[in-house]
Amino acid sequence: MKAAVKKTIEKYGSDKYRLMDVLIEIQQENGYISKEAIAQIAEEYGMSEVDVEQTVSFYHFLSQKPTGKYSIYLNNSAVANMMGRADVAATFQKELGIKFGDVTPDGRAGLFETSCIGMNDQEPAAIINNHIFTRLTPFRVKEICRDIKEGKEVSEMFVQDWGDGENRSDLVHSVVSNNIRKIGPVLERTFKVGQAIEKITKMKPEEVIDEVKKSNMRGRGGAGFPTGLKWEFCRNAAGEKKYIFCNADEGEPGTFKDRVILTERPRLLFEGMVIAGYAVGATEGIVYVRYEYKYLEKHLEDILQKAREVNYLGKNILGKEGFDFDIRIQFGAGAYVCGEESALIESAEGKRGEPRDRPPFPVEKGYHDMPTVVNNVETLCSVVKVILNGGDWYKSLGTHESTGTKLLSISGDCKFPGVYEVVWGFSVNDILDMVGANKEDVMAVQVGGPSGAIITTNEFNRILGYEDLATGGSLIIIGKQRDILNDIVLNFMDFFISESCGSCSTCRIVPTLMRNKLNKILNARGVRQDLDDLHEWGKILKASRCGLGQTAGNPILSSLKNFPDLYEEKIQKNKTFDSGFDLNIAVKESAKATGRIPNV
Amino acid sequence: MSKPIIATTSLAGCFGCHMSILDIDDRILELFELVEFNKSPIDDIKKFTKKCDIGLIEGGCCNSENVHVLKDFREHCKILISLGECAIMGGLPAMRNGIPIRECLEEAYLNSPTVVANDERIIPNDPELPMILDKVFPCHEVVKIDYFLPGCPPRADLIWEALVALISGDEMNLPYEIVKFD
Repeated sequence: MKAAVKKTIEKYGSDKYRLMDVLIEIQQENGYISKEAIAQIAEEYGMSEVDVEQTVSFYHFLSQKPTGKYSIYLNNSAVANMMGRADVAATFQKELGIKFGDVTPDGRAGLFETSCIGMNDQEPAAIINNHIFTRLTPFRVKEICRDIKEGKEVSEMFVQDWGDGENRSDLVHSVVSNNIRKIGPVLERTFKVGQAIEKITKMKPEEVIDEVKKSNMRGRGGAGFPTGLKWEFCRNAAGEKKYIFCNADEGEPGTFKDRVILTERPRLLFEGMVIAGYAVGATEGIVYVRYEYKYLEKHLEDILQKAREVNYLGKNILGKEGFDFDIRIQFGAGAYVCGEESALIESAEGKRGEPRDRPPFPVEKGYHDMPTVVNNVETLCSVVKVILNGGDWYKSLGTHESTGTKLLSISGDCKFPGVYEVVWGFSVNDILDMVGANKEDVMAVQVGGPSGAIITTNEFNRILGYEDLATGGSLIIIGKQRDILNDIVLNFMDFFISESCGSCSTCRIVPTLMRNKLNKILNARGVRQDLDDLHEWGKILKASRCGLGQTAGNPILSSLKNFPDLYEEKIQKNKTFDSGFDLNIAVKESAKATGRIPNV
Repeated sequence: MSKPIIATTSLAGCFGCHMSILDIDDRILELFELVEFNKSPIDDIKKFTKKCDIGLIEGGCCNSENVHVLKDFREHCKILISLGECAIMGGLPAMRNGIPIRECLEEAYLNSPTVVANDERIIPNDPELPMILDKVFPCHEVVKIDYFLPGCPPRADLIWEALVALISGDEMNLPYEIVKFD
């Protein structure tokens, strides 16, 4: 054990900034990270034990207690629930004889909940020892549990055929489907690797930036910062080394487009990183991939290796003196907040994924305090097309404010969930037609995931784009049969509560208070004052440091605005005050513990 | 006009807030000129004998009796004031809120090193005892509270100023010194 830990540490250059990699490897080897391992890591790195422990305790997929030989993580996103997760979850618990959060007494299997794993178009889904299981049914769960009891290898448990495209390749072998429903300039198939790299070797870095600026491209992660400008800031920032980060930590429930790019177009992505590196003068690129996509690791490493062999990566790329750039993959370990760029950098440095105070922004002081560009997967892919076809061509697509195309991750109540590449400027109605949703049956659409907005039918003519309805690309279609407050809003609030990094008291406390109020309203104990409180308390969240905290009240605020009747019909009209307190419920656990019959 | 009537009680508190009431020193004589006390540890009246104007609540609710007393106060008092940290936020007793109640009881009655005479390993369960609540609740999560006087305990001057303002109907004098806590 001691020798193994030491070997892992040495494998990552005895560099304490690679703590994440070390912890992930120990977790995978042993199913947990023991106190002894933490002590040893601390000693080797000359850190205190609590410094190591605080990183371990931050991430969902790192555990200080054994997680079982088979660690089952069942996704608990709203769409999973819409697709029948409840029965699947109940079957897992019944078959294994344990509750969520527990491990079977023989240490064989552990059952855990996890936030959206990026499979919303094929729910209910689970991760078992890094293998993805999709479209689970109670029957399928029984088979899996039987296989677990028999001690089968996870890779041998699959009964359906591998998914489409690269999911079939020997290095992936997963049952995940790409569900690419519409192809545009980014996803198109004729892309020839290396063309754009060849082209930029004949350009000056400034010319590359100018071309990107000319395209008016804005970051595809959601915030929409102009890409060319970001690169220029980084190029002009002082620092002996510069970094390009690709943010592949898509954790917003309902988003899965980056997973499809990583599966089908990783060469395009890596080429975009090389271009970015050349433009800003960076020599190292890091792709920060969410842990949920660990099953793609070998596939991605293989492509990087092949790129090195033909000198698309490495030193003096394509013979150009001084054009050095290489890429490594950094896995996260399960934390939505790491999608925030400064939290992502902290995490890549082996720390808790807590957002930094800004300024300074990463373009000035990022990874290792050096100028760093953090771009979304889709942004970096689009850049390649800008270089190949020109900024003017790119600008000719889409609308004035929103140029180019957008990859949409569409899930929920529709016939064809999946990934669609559309030109900006579509209305929500257009999208519903495209994905085979029967408009008469649609009650609402969640645009941009939990942090976005839930819109009603009378807003379906709104246009997707930065000038109207901005989105990172997630659209969840909600049918009339759904209970918005119970099925969607409550689930989203639980998501934000469990994903808060806990750094700002606003985000740590207010969402819980708001969720409790919502529960009170759902329990028919709400009064008008509660609705007013929700409005007012939601404002306090704006004081949080990062986007997670600032938007953590949106599920309630947005549904309160667009579906006020759902709340109005549940509050008590004849009362002005109700604390919601119920003495019988308040003594339930203690009565059990003392063996008393409640006599309140 | 008859004098306003005040009632006070200490729920899951340490009586520190009541000590702070006494800390108004000789102004207590003035207070007795201004108001009449009903149910309160200060005059040892155990039960409400009439409707009151102001109720001062120290401490949050940690058991069923606290809840009944608090509801009784709400019924009898026109204005209820949460007095001090425990009433407002649960305070020190609420530190147990992060621990399951079973663990708390086992630690207190079975496993703690100071448990010496519980050979039968009983967690107190006599029906006469109030039921422990699973968590400690601040008062406003149980009944409507009209005002909050912060502090641990709230300073005597703050209590005095608040009562005088309520009784006289004047605006409350709140200089920085009486509400600063560091």
